[in-house]
Amino acid sequence: MRKKSGLKLFLIILCIAIASYIALNGLEIGIYRIVPLGEGVQQGLDLKGGLYVVYEADIAPGDPDRDNKIEGAIRVMRNRLDRANQHEATIAPQGTNRIVVEIPGVSNPQELADILMKPAVLEFIGPEGDVIITGKDVKSAKPGYITGQKPVVHFELHPEGAKKFAEATEKYLGKVIKIVLDGNPISQPKVNEEIPNGQGVIEGMENIEEAKTLANLIESGALPVELKQVEVRTIGATLGANALERGILAGIVGLSLVFLFMLVYYRLPGLVADLALVVYALLVMLITVVARITITLPGIAGIVLSIGMAVDANVLIFERMKEELRAGKTMRAALDAGFSKAFSAILDSNVTTLIAGVVLLYFGTGPIQGFAKTLMLGVVVSLFTAVVFTKYVLRLIIDLNVQNKKLYGV
Amino acid sequence: MKIDFVSRYKIFVTISLVIILVGLAITIFQGLNLGIDFKGGTVIYVNIGKPYSPDDIRSILSSQGIQATVVQVGEDKQDALIRMRYMENQSEIQKKLIEALKEKYNLSDERFSVDTVGPTIGRDLTRNAILATVISWVFILIYVAIRFEFRSGVAAIVALVHDVLIMVAAAAILRTQINSPFVAAVLTIIGYSINDTIVIFDRVRENQKKYGRSLSWAEIVNKSINESMTRTINTSLTTFLTVTALYVFGVESIKEFSLPILVGIISGTYSTIFIAGPLWVEWNERSERRRVAAAK
Repeated sequence: MRKKSGLKLFLIILCIAIASYIALNGLEIGIYRIVPLGEGVQQGLDLKGGLYVVYEADIAPGDPDRDNKIEGAIRVMRNRLDRANQHEATIAPQGTNRIVVEIPGVSNPQELADILMKPAVLEFIGPEGDVIITGKDVKSAKPGYITGQKPVVHFELHPEGAKKFAEATEKYLGKVIKIVLDGNPISQPKVNEEIPNGQGVIEGMENIEEAKTLANLIESGALPVELKQVEVRTIGATLGANALERGILAGIVGLSLVFLFMLVYYRLPGLVADLALVVYALLVMLITVVARITITLPGIAGIVLSIGMAVDANVLIFERMKEELRAGKTMRAALDAGFSKAFSAILDSNVTTLIAGVVLLYFGTGPIQGFAKTLMLGVVVSLFTAVVFTKYVLRLIIDLNVQNKKLYGV
Repeated sequence: MKIDFVSRYKIFVTISLVIILVGLAITIFQGLNLGIDFKGGTVIYVNIGKPYSPDDIRSILSSQGIQATVVQVGEDKQDALIRMRYMENQSEIQKKLIEALKEKYNLSDERFSVDTVGPTIGRDLTRNAILATVISWVFILIYVAIRFEFRSGVAAIVALVHDVLIMVAAAAILRTQINSPFVAAVLTIIGYSINDTIVIFDRVRENQKKYGRSLSWAEIVNKSINESMTRTINTSLTTFLTVTALYVFGVESIKEFSLPILVGIISGTYSTIFIAGPLWVEWNERSERRRVAAAK
């Protein structure tokens, strides 16, 4: 019994030591390589540097076409960013009339913000590269169907545009006229007949949704809605790196302080809580990497804060154990009673923290959500390490017959 | 340790009320120090990386006719924080200023962070902040009421409202900037500060089972608070330690977040010990007296 427990304890400590080493330094075995966890973490743009812009679309709340217009605007922006070689950018709708653009790791954030806001250019270009008409010539564009189920865009031109277009379709009969937005071809219809009246059809859409978006784009010749920048945040890479460095430093110092406190105040169980804390830190980092959670500056704050909360469960358990020991119970009985009696308070406290986290996640925007995610992750993981892991290890120690009550801080 | 908390609770409530009222008075006469997230405007944070005089930056500002405040921040005071109100031609003004700074101190783009917020965002943020706060109170009240009983839930929520008011009052008194990190701090405290209140009520429930009506409400609560005291202090202390580390080592926006949390942790511990339990006793005793009076 004693031997077995001792061996298990030794193996657990060994595993934690190896895992910590790998997490910090990585590992190379032949062709396989495990990178250090720090390198695997996806950093948010407030740490890498980059651009965060929120646009507000000028749409009446009751506009039935609202979603389409937003979608169209997102498509235009995507086009422009692709052209500026920004493939890492994320563009997402927020709420009902806002669009959030995030571009990590750029050195010229202000320029990009300008690119996004430039009025777009719609052009019909002939096979010889000549511009036939532009967005200004378009009077209206409507989505519709031809031959029953084929989605198309019907467009109508102003008289002057119609004249130019009539000449071109005559000249390029049977050839392709490219429709180009911001330099990107969006459609390449073939001219099947001369179009004298300035009314035409663009084919080649997958579905009616796409036709709607294209119609929207053509009608405005640019962004389908008036967009205002309501929030622009640019973070310089140097400043981001500095924020990360100091966040990690805060984490290490915070962890060490908690470590020391638990050890000094709770002695042997405190040491076990510290082991649990190491496991906790490893697990949180591992989950962050595996689940591809983007770590932002508030996210780091959430993790550091949760380190302080992680040992709270241990404090409750150990205080209970002390009470039971003072009441004259044996070590094992005190341990079991300590865990079972403290559990309801631990569970309730964690649930309330999770409630606040869920509310933050729901109401918060970008950075605040990052904080809420890591905080909730921390709460869930610490529930496991502080209760399950600690209990298991303490049991093993008691099996080894470490019975001196002084070691337990009584 | 045997301290009678319950009979002295009026003193403790008064202390809290004084802080809250001072904060309220400052809020009414001076307003809160709302940052750009709420008011709109621009903040330029620049790492100059060498000793500099903020007056040089101020003269650049006045030569361009920009009204702004300059604060020296960061390690060794080598960073500058320039705040300006929202203006229509914001982006041109900003560009000119950044160019001037780059030239004067020979800086690259990487050393700048620029946050511009329009005046419309603040409304949403305010609405969301208030909504989120109230909703989390409601959910926690429901949860505690189910797990304990309705009165404990209300007492716990009163303690939470107290903590939020103290945080806002402290922000008013210390003139700290209020931005979205502050809102996150308030919600975090709502989730966290309730924890030790729960520990006390957990103990009260247990002691009620143990002693039944052989002890009065006040005796039970006093006993419970005294028995849980080490717990209350130690759990708060560990979190306080890590947040202090954040405050000391973190960058500006982290400081903006961790300072209110530190205030909230202290206030949460205070309200757990001095307000939630005694309030519950008072309420129970009053309804008891009413019952007795009605029976006569």
